[in-house]
Amino acid sequence: MSAQILTVKMENIGNLFKAIAADQKLYLPLEQAGQVQFLPYDPADDSQKVRLDVLNTVRSAKDLFFPQSENMVAFKKQGKKIDIIENREKVEAFTVFGVRACDARSFDILDRVFLSEPVDVSYAERRARGTVVTLACNEPEETCFCETFGIDAAKPDGDITTWIADGLLWWQANTNKGVKLTDKLLSVDAGLFVDSTGEAKALEEQQEKIREIISQLPLHGLSLEYFHKEELKTIFNSPKWQELSEACIGCGTCTFVCPTCQCYDIRDYDTGNGVQRYRCWDSCMYSDFVMMAHGNPRTSQVERFRQRFMHKLVYYPANNEGIFSCVGCGRCLAKCPSSMNIVKVAKTIGGEANV
Amino acid sequence: MCSCSCSHEGHEHDHNHGHEHHADALIPVIGVVTDIRVDTPDVKTFRVTAPEGGICFEYMPGQCAMLSIPAVGEAMFSITSSPTNREFMEFSIKKCGTLTDWLHQIEPEQELTIRGPYGNGFPVDDALAGQDLLFIAGGIGLAPLRSVINYCLHHRDRYGSIDIVYGARSSSDLVDIDELKNIWPTLENTNVHLTIDREEEGWDGHVGFVPSYVKELDFSLDKTVLLCGPPIMIKFTLASLQEMGFDKTQVYTTMELKMKCGVGKCGRCNIGSKYVCKDGPVFRCDELDELPDEY
Repeated sequence: MSAQILTVKMENIGNLFKAIAADQKLYLPLEQAGQVQFLPYDPADDSQKVRLDVLNTVRSAKDLFFPQSENMVAFKKQGKKIDIIENREKVEAFTVFGVRACDARSFDILDRVFLSEPVDVSYAERRARGTVVTLACNEPEETCFCETFGIDAAKPDGDITTWIADGLLWWQANTNKGVKLTDKLLSVDAGLFVDSTGEAKALEEQQEKIREIISQLPLHGLSLEYFHKEELKTIFNSPKWQELSEACIGCGTCTFVCPTCQCYDIRDYDTGNGVQRYRCWDSCMYSDFVMMAHGNPRTSQVERFRQRFMHKLVYYPANNEGIFSCVGCGRCLAKCPSSMNIVKVAKTIGGEANV
Repeated sequence: MCSCSCSHEGHEHDHNHGHEHHADALIPVIGVVTDIRVDTPDVKTFRVTAPEGGICFEYMPGQCAMLSIPAVGEAMFSITSSPTNREFMEFSIKKCGTLTDWLHQIEPEQELTIRGPYGNGFPVDDALAGQDLLFIAGGIGLAPLRSVINYCLHHRDRYGSIDIVYGARSSSDLVDIDELKNIWPTLENTNVHLTIDREEEGWDGHVGFVPSYVKELDFSLDKTVLLCGPPIMIKFTLASLQEMGFDKTQVYTTMELKMKCGVGKCGRCNIGSKYVCKDGPVFRCDELDELPDEY
């Protein structure tokens, strides 16, 4: 892959966005109604506020590959007859810019679910057509703990990695998709980038600064050593779940802001002209999540709460070579209305390493 | 008629070249309900074919299918028929919720949507081959086992003796299938043992719960057991079997939890790290010991 490092002046970054958006949808962290989300960028709309200074969008970037809600198929019913009408939205090529290292890693975690057999067609299409441009985190926050998962906020994954340093945006393509986008941008506007390969001292200093900040963060050194599949039943049966879950009000916010939560529901609604089947995010924190006609195996919040964290820290790793289903983005720490989160679980259940 | 090229009369191989699957595992195909049989006051058996006739897709005994009436609901059901039946698929369904209430009101020629097959099925060609088999079913629990029983009887020379213990609350709750009364008991090396929970006028068969009846029958300990029924019945029958000297490694059961996708992705039917829809629904009882007790 290209080790070429390009730069564009920060004051000209609008030109970069316009060039990307010339023939495809570009998603940027935009501020809307006081919240920052990945939203479609409109070059003609000067009122859009790009917020490259905000680390965590409210909803993670998973939205772009696994939308909160999407149509699957429609039906027409007439008497005893049913017609199946395929009406899933066609996915066009798109680029998302400004994905942080944690969210970028979440795609690997979701890939292991949705790209394993049988492949989730909708997710696979979005992954194939989406180009991910990541942005290093110049100022990691107190809620950040991506380091626990071996994620380097100073050098995020992605098709293209970018950094902001010394008044410049630094740009490095990592994959074929990234090279393709870079080449296309250069073919449209040869003067867009300056080749700064071999002159990246300012970038290296910025990376060192980021790593220094991370080493000072309150969650630096958080250990998840205790969570492995051999301890599955011991962890499951821990009496500590009761106390931990008491604060949980079952609102599901943690699951909705989480970049790795993948549970979904499939539902139908009557459109008045037929039936539309769609899938949407769901939450294991909800009381009816596993309710069946003949009963509910998780009748109280302690069981639902336990399920969520067991999945992230034990069940998912058991099925995926020990990889945790958490990227340390810190959204659940920031958003839980009763201040409960995965770090508290890790510290309370996770044995002596965290005392 | 099955649209594949093999004849369904007397073919000996379980073929896998059936109908084309949709590229998207979540998109169903149409099935037609061609016949509805009333089995008990709350169980009906639905015969389903592809619109052009024949089975909707290839499957193995113990596997499941997602049936749906759009805008009513979609749910997972075990396939009751044996895959050796090339004419139609059957689903024995107890009336117990929104979708099943609706299904109990439909009439023949009603179309529904179907997708599958899902799950692992019973190890009919591996662990069960050559074994003496003991089937133990309670109530609607006969539905998934019936597929295996007929598969084994179709391939009779591959298996040893077959014993079927089947119990229900009352004689009217015994699934009224022709096979149970008129076919299975007449076959060589095949025994059917029926029981009902309470004494009843006109019933001269055994009375008592399945777990104790199994003990009374005093089976030899070299059998492989396939067990299905309500959770409480499974629990006590497994205890009986262990008291008799059976090991959990000899006992297979089939599980049921809420499902939406059927392919291990929607996050709903897990018991610990296993998904019932994908890693199950069939588990060997010792495998369940490794999992949290949450089902």
